[in-house]
Amino acid sequence: MNPLQDLYQQVILDHNRSPHNFGALEAATHHGEGHNPLCGDHYHVHVVVEDDRIADIRFEGDGCAISKASASLMTGVLKGLPVAEARDMAARFRHMITDDVSAQTDEALGKLRVLAGVREFPMRVKCAALAWHTMTAALEGREEIVGSDSDETG
Amino acid sequence: MRNIDTEPRAVPLFRNIHEHPQAPYDVAALRRTVRILDTQVRDKPLTYLDNAATTQKPQSVIDAVSSFYAADNANVHRGVHLLSQRATEAYEDARETLRTFINAPNLREMIFTRGATESINLVAHSWGYANLAPGDEILITHMEHHSNIVPWQIVAQTTGAKLVVAPVNDRGELDMQAYQNLLGPQTRMVAATHVSNSIGTINPIKEIAALAHDAGALVLADGAQAVPHMAVDVQDLNVDFYVFSGHKMYGPTGIGVLWGKEHLLRDMPPYQSGGDMILSVDFEKTTYNSLPYKFEAGTPNIAGAVGLAEAVRVMQGIGMDAIEAWEQDLLTYATGKLHTVPGLEIVGEATNKAAVISFTIEGIHPHDVGTILDREGVAVRTGHHCTQPLMKRFGIPATTRMSLGMYSTPEDIDALVEALLKVVEVFES
Repeated sequence: MNPLQDLYQQVILDHNRSPHNFGALEAATHHGEGHNPLCGDHYHVHVVVEDDRIADIRFEGDGCAISKASASLMTGVLKGLPVAEARDMAARFRHMITDDVSAQTDEALGKLRVLAGVREFPMRVKCAALAWHTMTAALEGREEIVGSDSDETG
Repeated sequence: MRNIDTEPRAVPLFRNIHEHPQAPYDVAALRRTVRILDTQVRDKPLTYLDNAATTQKPQSVIDAVSSFYAADNANVHRGVHLLSQRATEAYEDARETLRTFINAPNLREMIFTRGATESINLVAHSWGYANLAPGDEILITHMEHHSNIVPWQIVAQTTGAKLVVAPVNDRGELDMQAYQNLLGPQTRMVAATHVSNSIGTINPIKEIAALAHDAGALVLADGAQAVPHMAVDVQDLNVDFYVFSGHKMYGPTGIGVLWGKEHLLRDMPPYQSGGDMILSVDFEKTTYNSLPYKFEAGTPNIAGAVGLAEAVRVMQGIGMDAIEAWEQDLLTYATGKLHTVPGLEIVGEATNKAAVISFTIEGIHPHDVGTILDREGVAVRTGHHCTQPLMKRFGIPATTRMSLGMYSTPEDIDALVEALLKVVEVFES
């Protein structure tokens, strides 16, 4: 597969077209808002935490295919996980997309591995990272709008 | 120069859109002098369509900068030695070349800056702080680049003046009636772009200026996106300040121009202070230098000015009218070809437009478009183009923007369209 096909895999295009866990979540106990100003990617992540476990998680917003697919896949993977494991997953995910290109992809990431191709596209890493930053901010109760670390200007 | 304020642009109605227009000058020869255009990116030949962000440099511009450092380098306006004289002459000759480029009446009105942004900041700070008071209004348009919004916003906050925004219609043109209605005795400054960097609209600056003057306001025109595409005559436009950047007109980065009417510049306090802008200094009192040096504190970008003057000579050698005619033909060709891409919508369809096209493709985010185009060797800009208020006006977060230069070709546009069809194909799979 060439890097482009690797980035825009069918799974990613499908999640972009029909994202999972998309929409409001009335019962949410935690909210986060994320925005990458340059590209306009803008998401809200809603989480229901019960007994230190992510009982439910949904997201709303709009952005590029990579950011939306990443948010969609994230919600699917995190639902039901203990909060500590969700944080661990976020760290592993971040490591994967910012890894050296030749590095082995962490098996524990499961279906999130379809996003490993992002590391070939430095300009797009922040797209894949946005939902995760937003989720982490939500769990930490941070109310400010978070962005991915980026070098954008404008 | 064509009067863009009154004459509608002639658009050929019956030409086959797939037929390549013929250039009025030797574009292939010009391209051979711009060597970066002949490079490969990601194993594909480069298709450079990001000229509104920055232009590529003809070899003679690069050589002018390089031979200045190699043969003439010294500080200007100091010292009696030969090299200092040569450097001063080169710098002042560049000022004269730039003066002819915009037909400014005299050299005292030609101030070298780092670029359009610094030029606007200079006027906003120097003129603004000295002249604005609570109740005064600064009138801008909805299509301004952030650099013609934020400096005014900052000055308004400090002085108590109010920032007022003239609206843009659905075609991306300034609503002239609304603009006229917003003008009044409280309006002190109108700051408007000559050409929109994100959607290409050419504003009727001459008419904007005449109306502003009737209301007693001054006018600053942001010409950063105009000077590469058309002949500009500041006396004909009759604005009060005109600003532009060198790197968007085939010159080096870090050099630009503020032109201003002499009687206004004379009354304005210095913006930055230091060497070169003074006549005499003692600890009690400093006497400022005359124009334009009053506004050129510190050692200027001498090599940048020399390179920019060479860029002007290249453009004047081709002829601004020939460049404009060619780019207009390419714009018509590109507009027709882009409409063949499924789901593509052009944002901003002003009657008078420079060679800049912003567009969206249904269901595909501009950043995904940009990434795929990049892999095909096509360089475009995706994002909000530093015009977030304008993006909001059209209800979109971002666009993909292609922007042409004097060396652009129909083949560049064909390569873009072919790559866009690939984008659509990837996303339809």
